[in-house]
Amino acid sequence: MNNYLYIALIPLLPLASFLLLGLFGRKYFKTFSGTVGTGSLLASAVLSLFTAYHYFFIDGKVNGVFQKIIAFKYTWLPFSPNVSIDMGIILDPISVMMIVVVTFVSLMVHVFSLGYMKGEERFATYYAFLSLFTFSMLGLVVSSNIFQIYMFWELVGVSSFLLIGYYFEKPSAVAAAKKAFIVTRFADLGFLIGILILAFYSGTLDFGVLIQRLTSFQSPEYLNITSASFLGASMLTWGLTLVFIGGAGKSAMFPLHIWLPDAMEGPTPVSALIHAATMVVAGVYLVARLFPVFSIDVTALQIVTYVGAFSALLAAIIACTQTDIKRVLAYSTMSQIGYMMFALGVSKYGGDNGLGYMASLFHLFTHAFFKSLLFLGAGAVIHLVHSNEMKDMGGLRKLMPITHITFLIACLAIAGIPPFAGFFSKEEILSAAFNSNKLIYAVAVFTSGLTAFYMFRLYYTIFWSKDAHVHDTHHGEGTFSMKLPLLILGALALGAGFVPIASLVTSDGAALETHIDVGFSALPVLLAVAGIVLATFLYKNENSKPQSIATSFGSLYKAAYRKFYIDEVYLFITKKIIFNLIGRPAAWIDKNIVDGFMNLLATTTAKISTAIKGLQSGKVQNYALYFFGGIIGLAVLIIYLWK
Amino acid sequence: MNEITVTHILFVSTALFFIGMYGLFTRRNMITMLMAVELILNSVNINFVAFNKYVYPGKLDGIFFTIFVITIAAAEAAVAIAIIINLYRSHHSIDVEDASELKY
Amino acid sequence: MNASVIIFYIISAFILGAGLLAVTARKIFRSAIWLLFSLIGIASLYFWMEVEFVAAVQIVVYVGGIVVLIIFSIFLTQKSGDEMPKPVKQRAIFSALAVLFGCGFVFNLIREFGFTSINQQPFEVKVSDIGMQMLSTSDYGFVLPFEVVSILLLAALIGCIVIAMKVKHTEK
Repeated sequence: MNNYLYIALIPLLPLASFLLLGLFGRKYFKTFSGTVGTGSLLASAVLSLFTAYHYFFIDGKVNGVFQKIIAFKYTWLPFSPNVSIDMGIILDPISVMMIVVVTFVSLMVHVFSLGYMKGEERFATYYAFLSLFTFSMLGLVVSSNIFQIYMFWELVGVSSFLLIGYYFEKPSAVAAAKKAFIVTRFADLGFLIGILILAFYSGTLDFGVLIQRLTSFQSPEYLNITSASFLGASMLTWGLTLVFIGGAGKSAMFPLHIWLPDAMEGPTPVSALIHAATMVVAGVYLVARLFPVFSIDVTALQIVTYVGAFSALLAAIIACTQTDIKRVLAYSTMSQIGYMMFALGVSKYGGDNGLGYMASLFHLFTHAFFKSLLFLGAGAVIHLVHSNEMKDMGGLRKLMPITHITFLIACLAIAGIPPFAGFFSKEEILSAAFNSNKLIYAVAVFTSGLTAFYMFRLYYTIFWSKDAHVHDTHHGEGTFSMKLPLLILGALALGAGFVPIASLVTSDGAALETHIDVGFSALPVLLAVAGIVLATFLYKNENSKPQSIATSFGSLYKAAYRKFYIDEVYLFITKKIIFNLIGRPAAWIDKNIVDGFMNLLATTTAKISTAIKGLQSGKVQNYALYFFGGIIGLAVLIIYLWK
Repeated sequence: MNEITVTHILFVSTALFFIGMYGLFTRRNMITMLMAVELILNSVNINFVAFNKYVYPGKLDGIFFTIFVITIAAAEAAVAIAIIINLYRSHHSIDVEDASELKY
Repeated sequence: MNASVIIFYIISAFILGAGLLAVTARKIFRSAIWLLFSLIGIASLYFWMEVEFVAAVQIVVYVGGIVVLIIFSIFLTQKSGDEMPKPVKQRAIFSALAVLFGCGFVFNLIREFGFTSINQQPFEVKVSDIGMQMLSTSDYGFVLPFEVVSILLLAALIGCIVIAMKVKHTEK
């Protein structure tokens, strides 16, 4: 307990806004709910910036190393003297960085939605859900206890479900919400088992104590967890891999990525918030939080690396073929998160070896800004054109100048062109990869070229390509509330690369020295420029070259367009195998055996009662006879048989 | 069997009691049930007098009990007849099997 | 084996035989008359037991009052000459069995107990003694039950009239 207690307000303000708008919004606040939600979030954002300033620049360092400060701790459910679920707020570099990112992006989305969702009937409900989501995400990033993070993890899943299924009249939205929730819930099963394994062996649920016990090589917990093994891998590997599965579900890593493209059914500002900047990075945050433990288990780290790299590459290939602009952005998100994951995977703990850790979190920081900018820009375009498909767009640069410029800035940032934000973070990731695993480096460089290509394909088909044929332009580019976030985020996409994250957020708290090696950076930048040139050549003016290239790739193109048929595989497994072999027998057992048993009890009782009711015949003499028989029986019993 | 003791008289009254019980269980006519009840009450009276005479000869309590029982039995018989007449008016029969409204 | 014993057996046989016929007779009027004989037998038993007052009360109240009442009610409610319906076979058997079993059980109890007299005083019942004790207020006085019984008789009288009254339907 110290003077950081005001931090509790940061998640609590959105919670209060959720309760207020959820309970009273529809009736009393109506369109004022937007102001209420935005206002509470503005306060949270200001508090987070103040906390960051206070922590990073005034208070946080001891001997040049950032300390983990427990701002607040309350023992909630003690299972045993050592193992208890506490509710606590932890301040360390990654959590402070995350609260800044989450509140800031959420604030931008709130402001954007004031214009985008205007006229929507369930306006208050929308803002209530947004506040709930922000509360859950903030609670997740400041959790000091692994069970607390699990609770907020689930809350984030629920809020995401509510927001994806916001247009619940559309069956596709409902299906997408269900899919997101079920896939992430399924991954959370792995997460829970992982938590239980780690808690069992380390004897605690608190992050600090758990990390300390499992990383000191002499502690009995470490020896236990590495000596016990199951199916050939040590329990430490199992625990960490299962926790990573939970993170992979939320972060849409292969093969749990199927929910992310479908989640684009939600309103576009929601996609900007959830599926670009906050919820999907929860997995990265989790691995980063447990990074000291991950770093001592080579197998788990390798799994993280390869899953991340493969997801990045797969998503980039699929994004090259998609025609729905939100789906392109969704796959781009998956690809960038893959970058963050493998950057963590190639890193080690401490000093210069922790470059990957720092690079991953730096990329998280910059990615949040330019990805949400891309989504909000796409939202503005969709708002004007009333369609998500590329073929309905084109030549919009004259109709929406501000959106055009900010979208271009974001595309340059994501392609990794200096001096935009993405360049710096990608550089660090590539140098970390180069220093440890050349294969991953090659994949990363190739993927960054692809990234530049498909992002500029998107850019050109929206803003150039052909002449605009938009029929109603009555609301033009959008209201001021829609333009302001684009401008602010555009400025950040330009300048966020210059924020000295390397001296603030590192694996062990000590500042890291970074420099830009011109020779090293030349290759990725050249590849990115080549991708941009190719995209310009193919897409700037409408022509038939893309089509001919597509047909020449033939079945590969078709497979990529159909997202490599992964959805069909999932559907096959669930429908043919799980439903038929497990679902139907279980339903049969429930209906016939369980229900049948209950019904049997009921019918037996009824039959017995029908048989007995004949005793109540209404004839007095029968009653007298029973009475007399009872007396004789009792008398014999008491006089002769009672001992 | 040269002397009659209490036990003999008690045998008689017990037999009379159970004869009355048999009549109570078996008879279908309500008035005959009433007659059986009178037999039962009389057997009890015999018991009281016998105990008074043979077991407690100094007191008169048994006799008083008997007198009171007879009195009350008279009142009870009168009330029972009134009820039977009332029941006859509603059911038009005094067969006790017909008065089975308490059936399930 | 003196005359007293023989007379006792005759009286007992008379009582039990009349009682048995009272509960098994098929015609109701005959059943009432058998009841009458049984009650007279009981009165003669009281005479044999030297409690003449009780015997007199028995004859006056029971025989002269209750049996007459029963006979009147038989006349009021049905044709007294007809046969009554036979009892249900199953119930007759069961109740006979139960009654016989109960009888044997109680006989056994009585025989096992073996009543003895507390004090060997001569049994003299004078009617004046009965009268004095009935209306005395000292210990063993029965004036309170006496008064209560008279109120009970009043209540029974009124009750019978109310129950058996024909209810006239009043016009509303």
